[in-house]
Amino acid sequence: MNLIWEYRQQLVDGTLVTIQLALASLIIAILFGLLGAMGKLSSNRIANMMAGIYTTAVRGVPDLVLILLVFYGGQEIINTIGKATDWWKYVEINQFMAGTCTIGVIFGAYYTETFRGAIMAIPKGQIEAGVAVGMNKFLVFRHIIWPQMIRYALPGFSNNWLVQIKTTALVSVIGLQDLVYNAFVAGRSTHLLFIFMFASLVIFLLMTAISDLLLTLLNRKYSKGMVRT
Amino acid sequence: MAEKTLSSFEKFIKYIDSILPLEIELIINNFDRFIYGVGITLELTILSLIIGFLLAVPMAVARSSQHAILSPIIWCYTYVFRGTPLLVQTYLIYYGLGQFQFIKNSWVWDSILSSAWWCALIAFTLNTAAYTTELLHGAINDTPKGEVEAAIASGHSYFGRIRRIILPSAFRRAIPAYSNEVIFMLHGSVVASTITLQDVLGVGRWLNGRYYLAYEGFITAALLYFAIVFGITRIFRMVERKYLKYLQ
Repeated sequence: MNLIWEYRQQLVDGTLVTIQLALASLIIAILFGLLGAMGKLSSNRIANMMAGIYTTAVRGVPDLVLILLVFYGGQEIINTIGKATDWWKYVEINQFMAGTCTIGVIFGAYYTETFRGAIMAIPKGQIEAGVAVGMNKFLVFRHIIWPQMIRYALPGFSNNWLVQIKTTALVSVIGLQDLVYNAFVAGRSTHLLFIFMFASLVIFLLMTAISDLLLTLLNRKYSKGMVRT
Repeated sequence: MAEKTLSSFEKFIKYIDSILPLEIELIINNFDRFIYGVGITLELTILSLIIGFLLAVPMAVARSSQHAILSPIIWCYTYVFRGTPLLVQTYLIYYGLGQFQFIKNSWVWDSILSSAWWCALIAFTLNTAAYTTELLHGAINDTPKGEVEAAIASGHSYFGRIRRIILPSAFRRAIPAYSNEVIFMLHGSVVASTITLQDVLGVGRWLNGRYYLAYEGFITAALLYFAIVFGITRIFRMVERKYLKYLQ
């Protein structure tokens, strides 16, 4: 127990990195999710197909494979392009960037399905009514689709977010000093791997439990106007 | 003249090699390793799914029984395993248990816990059992009340009811969610490569490390996983067509 206290700084630092990574990748994921949902629902066939390929391809391949591919391969691609076009000098992708972008893009595919389902759950008549009173596409989205979409998307969103928090643990494999990495290093140097891995387990459990609680409250707030069956 | 001895397949590979910036020949030459990796991945995934399912059925029944002691205990178990990353669970078992001298001295250590394969299997099984328990619990809870009442009225005992009415319909209702769990488990099995096992990704990482490459191993692994996922979705579509016919 004393040893854990001695290494508390590493655990706290690691936890902060994990939280930053999760939040940063969430922003990317939501952007990709909205884009993907628009693509899937649009009447443009090319946008439709691209969104389809995006979600199928990303959901068919394990996250760790993509993280490794982006971290080791992405650097080479970017530098080859840079060399060929002279647009930029040698770029180094750090672990945080690689992890954030990859996890963001991966979960964007899952949010795509969530958002698509939520938009489709909105009764068509309401959108038609919006058009009928003279709203343009943006106003329809802002006043009719968006507020209801949040309500319909929240349950799926919560599920995805909980999986996403857990997925961030994988970036320790490419050497980002997140919670798992720091706990592992501390455990190995003190020969107390069980205790330190257990500590990181508990911290992850706290993170998912708190998110779960907050999202349940949020869900209750947004579905106030709904009759629960 | 050496050109002539090449088979058309080898010529095709040479051609692909010349237009793609990838070392296709290396992948072909090491493809037997990848096949072996697919074997390890499938072995771990399928075994853990089967054992996990067998564990999950009684746990789901107990969890839905609202038993005063069993139900909360199982809830705790599923909550912990569903709320934490599989990577950490695997590390905890593979690296963590070696911390305790009494485990290292016991017979379990030599035969089971010192092997990465067994540790991966144990971690994966406990993980998928937790998810499957919750999924079946949901399906059991969704059993139409009338079916249960009819079973009681026709004189079924508690276990007769579960065996003949509740579980068969719950299993059917759980098929779509379970197909997701199978794919999640396959995706999760890449964790095995982080504890030295040569699964698909493990072979990919080995290839990249050995020949100092950036893409070849990972891209091959990605394509193989994609193919497996495609196969799984196909199988489940067939299963659903068969067992959920009355709903379509």
